[in-house]
Amino acid sequence: MTEPIIGIRDLRKTFRSGDVDVHALRGVDLAVERGEFLAVVGPSGSGKSTLFHILGGLTPPTAGTVMIDGQDLMKMSDSDRTRLRMKSVGFVFQKYNLLPTLTVGDNIKIARDIARVKGPLDKQFLEVLDALGITDKMDRKPRQLSGGEQQRVAIARSIVNHPAILLADEPTGNLDTENSTAVLGLLRDLNKRLGQTILMITHNPDAAAFADRIVHMRDGQLHAA
Amino acid sequence: MVYKLVWENLKHRPVRTLLSSLAIGLGVTMMLTLVGVGEGMLREQEARTRGVGADIIIRPSGSSVIGIAPPNINEKLVAWVLEQPHVAQSTGIVIYPLGGVSTVHGVDFEEVTKMSGGFTFLSGRPFKDAQEAIIDEYFAKEKKLKAGSTVKILNRDWIVSGVFRGGKLTRMMLPKKILQDVSATTGKVSVIYVKLDDPSKSAEVITHLKKTLPDYPIYSMDELASQFSVNSVPELKTFIGVVISLSVLFGFLVVFLAMYTAILERTREIGILKALGAGQGYVLGILLRETILLAVIGSAFGIGMSYVTQWMIATFIPASMTQAIVYEWWPIASGITLGGALLGVFYPAIKASRQDALESLSYD
Repeated sequence: MTEPIIGIRDLRKTFRSGDVDVHALRGVDLAVERGEFLAVVGPSGSGKSTLFHILGGLTPPTAGTVMIDGQDLMKMSDSDRTRLRMKSVGFVFQKYNLLPTLTVGDNIKIARDIARVKGPLDKQFLEVLDALGITDKMDRKPRQLSGGEQQRVAIARSIVNHPAILLADEPTGNLDTENSTAVLGLLRDLNKRLGQTILMITHNPDAAAFADRIVHMRDGQLHAA
Repeated sequence: MVYKLVWENLKHRPVRTLLSSLAIGLGVTMMLTLVGVGEGMLREQEARTRGVGADIIIRPSGSSVIGIAPPNINEKLVAWVLEQPHVAQSTGIVIYPLGGVSTVHGVDFEEVTKMSGGFTFLSGRPFKDAQEAIIDEYFAKEKKLKAGSTVKILNRDWIVSGVFRGGKLTRMMLPKKILQDVSATTGKVSVIYVKLDDPSKSAEVITHLKKTLPDYPIYSMDELASQFSVNSVPELKTFIGVVISLSVLFGFLVVFLAMYTAILERTREIGILKALGAGQGYVLGILLRETILLAVIGSAFGIGMSYVTQWMIATFIPASMTQAIVYEWWPIASGITLGGALLGVFYPAIKASRQDALESLSYD
């Protein structure tokens, strides 16, 4: 049995909001196997976004154990978490978060530049680009693309450095049904084709149905489906 | 890739980029124009002084090397100088200040013509009557005068008898005796120009003259020419210092405001970069490069605008001022501006590089 790529035990996160402590995560336990496509489903305020941010190294945990691809998040400094985002984690956000001044091609290239990856794009990634259907849009700016196309670019950017984990936060939240189905199909295809581990946060059960496994989050705790 | 992002960011807000660059460029123009005017006027003064054709100049005791010489040399000294060994010709000239750096010169036209090799008159002729003056082409252009026009000098009307080609001694000349009478300096001159039978004897003649005239500054024309520099005018050096300080402050404020607002506007983009794994150094590098590029564009604007100020001065006030293009100051002015700009970006850049990735991503 191989080590899970994500291993979480008794994860807690407490925010200070004014004079009040907000317990966003109250003892989360989770194991995600390498190559798994997992959906975390829950209503707003359930803590799923906080989990996403911790796993992506965007905010540190308060207590517990979080292992990502063999790295202990609890022991990480700010610069270690920056390195984690650079090398081990790829993000897909609800709002796409593409750099508006750069073309599609340059939005992808800048992720490589930040990760100090040199040389031409590898064959496998070029095939993914083809599958995403954006090879003919590399010179366009994000504002010239539809929402679905922008999200495909965001997916391409998230995996260009071959991260261990792809984290997707409500990736279809801003898309219509047709584009949502297409984007989710692409995520599933990436998972099957490349064995890409994907953890997707969503409040939409239909979107979650594309995953191999679904866990529910409520009041800062996970519950199996 | 970073340079491309920087360039695209500047292109994305063309008005901001243009205004910031122009404002940065103004500082460069201020410096280049001031230094250029200082240098241009000194060079022109040097050329006009050399245009007299003398080898040695004797100035009044106690006068500075390139200031306006007061008319307090006894005119009899001119004749005495002429009797000295190797002196082929000497002429005394009266200089009367008209305010600012403008002066009118009282000359013995025959003597000055002989020493300088002659004047070229673009129109008219030399003065003959007591009420006549001659002016150079630049003064004529600025004041819109021509031969036959009337010009007011020392509260008197003078008829312009001729307009001569510039580069000889001064812009306005009157008969020496008349200027001495009008300015109540009869029997006095401001400087004595000396021409030698052999210019290589300058040092020898100066040594000889100084024995009799120990209090008088006496220079060869080469010595005098070497003194025509900004360093010889302490007031100009101080003023340049003030303008440099203002330019640094200008660059600092412009870049501070431009980058501070740019960073606020780009909070989300900084969050995206951080989510992709960009560290503080990467974000800092983008903003520093953007500032350097703004300063480079601004400096190019500033250098370009210094040609515009040169054209304006040459067109509208050619007699009052002359602006040179001082190439050595291009890197100096650009460097000073860049320094101010980097000071200006320092705080916004540090603030941006320390921005929390999560908060930045949540920014709308």
